[in-house]
Amino acid sequence: MSLFRTELRRLAKRRFARWMTAGGLVVLVLVAAGMFLSNEKIGPDQLAEARQAADRQHQEQVRWAEQERANCERAKAAGENVDYYPVDCAEITPPPRESIEEQWFLPSTFNFRESFGEMLIPLAAILALVGFVVGASFVGAEWNTGGMMNLLLWRPKRLTVLLTKLGALLTGLLALALPATAAWFGSMWLIANWRGTTEGMTSGAWQSFLITGLRGMVLALVAATVGFALASLGRHTAMALGGAIAVMVVGQIGLGIVLSMAQVRFAEAWLLPTYAYAWMAKTVTLQDWQACNATYTGECEPATLDITWQHSSVLFSVGIVLFLGAALWTMRRRDIT
Amino acid sequence: MQVEAGQVHGFLGPNGSGKTTTLRTLLGLIRPDGGRMAILGHEVPATLDQVAPQVGAIVESPQFFPHFTARDTLSLLASAGELPEQRVDEVLELVGLRDRAGERVKTYSLGMKQRLAVASALLKNPKLLILDEPANGLDPGGIREMRTLMRDLSASGMTVVLSSHILGEIQLICDSVTIISLGRRVAFGPVDEVLAQHSSGAVRVRLEAAADLPVAATALTRAGVRVTTNDDHLMLAGVDKPATVTRLLAEQGLYVSELAPIAVDLESVFLELTNTAPLPGQHRQVDQSVRVDGAASSAPVGGGWGA
Repeated sequence: MSLFRTELRRLAKRRFARWMTAGGLVVLVLVAAGMFLSNEKIGPDQLAEARQAADRQHQEQVRWAEQERANCERAKAAGENVDYYPVDCAEITPPPRESIEEQWFLPSTFNFRESFGEMLIPLAAILALVGFVVGASFVGAEWNTGGMMNLLLWRPKRLTVLLTKLGALLTGLLALALPATAAWFGSMWLIANWRGTTEGMTSGAWQSFLITGLRGMVLALVAATVGFALASLGRHTAMALGGAIAVMVVGQIGLGIVLSMAQVRFAEAWLLPTYAYAWMAKTVTLQDWQACNATYTGECEPATLDITWQHSSVLFSVGIVLFLGAALWTMRRRDIT
Repeated sequence: MQVEAGQVHGFLGPNGSGKTTTLRTLLGLIRPDGGRMAILGHEVPATLDQVAPQVGAIVESPQFFPHFTARDTLSLLASAGELPEQRVDEVLELVGLRDRAGERVKTYSLGMKQRLAVASALLKNPKLLILDEPANGLDPGGIREMRTLMRDLSASGMTVVLSSHILGEIQLICDSVTIISLGRRVAFGPVDEVLAQHSSGAVRVRLEAAADLPVAATALTRAGVRVTTNDDHLMLAGVDKPATVTRLLAEQGLYVSELAPIAVDLESVFLELTNTAPLPGQHRQVDQSVRVDGAASSAPVGGGWGA
């Protein structure tokens, strides 16, 4: 227990961890501020303004249609051969007023029920990024500066040391993620109250959001564990960061291009972000536009493939077992020099 | 290698001879491929976790997280070892870092880092202290302080194993030594005994009249003593008892004004045992030292420092 408390203290004292945490929180605050500034509450004034704007739009359409009809008739009378006008100029008519919807002219508004689920994705992404980088740095710097060797002179049980460090990291991350997620719920709720609406929220909707928030925290913990394991394997923070960049650039962008050129079906199914997104959104439906599934109405529908959060959980579990298992195995076997 | 409790034991060997590897293996940092090791009666590495709280160690160059202060560094170690925070102040005082404890380690000189490393090893108030090159980077005052500290710790009952290349210090501080070469022990025992075993038995003799030196040399040579004649004295080798020399010369009517056994120091014994004394015109390579089976190391082929 003393080692666990020590590692928590060490994590809290790490300047890099503090800066990354502060950076992540600043980004979240900026996103929330952006949400606040770019949305507006819809009231009678906004509705009246939208109605007027729709009327103006309709009148413009009427004027334009009349002008074009006049031009058409003039051209026909002059015997000009203009194929861009219809045969009968009377066919040029303005759209009916009801086809110009007033909601098109409403300002952007934040509907909590409709949009908060998506707003949990940037929160999870930022927490995962902070977790990955801090996790990698936490153990990578220890290896790199000889701190791990010093610690092993005090606590020779290597696996206990490494797992305690990981436990402290994950606890520290949870200590950040829980209040950050709670604050995110709270701030978005307030923004929806001030700049949108919270109507339609049911206990089921709340439960769904809470579970999505929980999945976001799990994603952050998974990212932290993988970063920690990679840095421990390479005994350097750069191993994890370099590995992540290599995976993103070569493994994702490069692979994406190659799969696209090879016209592989459901190419996104091979890309990690798809699984991260599916984890948060529960399901991602991939479409293959080169296939045609005819409907009874004769329409041609693309073939689809559903990637669900269960698929993602299998992938994450395999990744953790592989990376953490390798880190533990090498920790047990390697010479500490 | 055996270290008696309460002694200061010097662990010596040329570069690359395996001193640090031995210490790392003893401390569980490197996996042994055979043999038996025990610390304070506990077999290691099997029971290292039981004995680790009683062993303070620094291995090779001091390494610490550069952005932490010395106090933070020691405080975290103390916390991991469930030691009271007060112990941190005690060791900071002991190694002379009290007034600089709040500064980041990255601002420290090598000598200050070395002091911090010693402080970290002393933090546990260990029964066994293992210090690998503790004098690295220390100023002369620091070396003397370290020497005094080692003596005080030994006097308080702590066992100290000291690896160093400053052989004069080792000779002054240590009760016993182990000298290794290429991973094998070449000498072991109390410092005095090791020195005595490798003493050449050389004796310097001066007479009242320097003109009598040739007569004395002839008499001693006849008695089986190897003699080297110098301008004002004779150097004798292979003399078991210096009193024999006095008697032989007195029988010839020659009277001795000085009869001094030539003492060997640890450095010369070390160089002799490991065969690492520099040779004019040759550049000794790192692994060119004595093998314990007696096989001579290969002849130098050039290179060396900076080559």
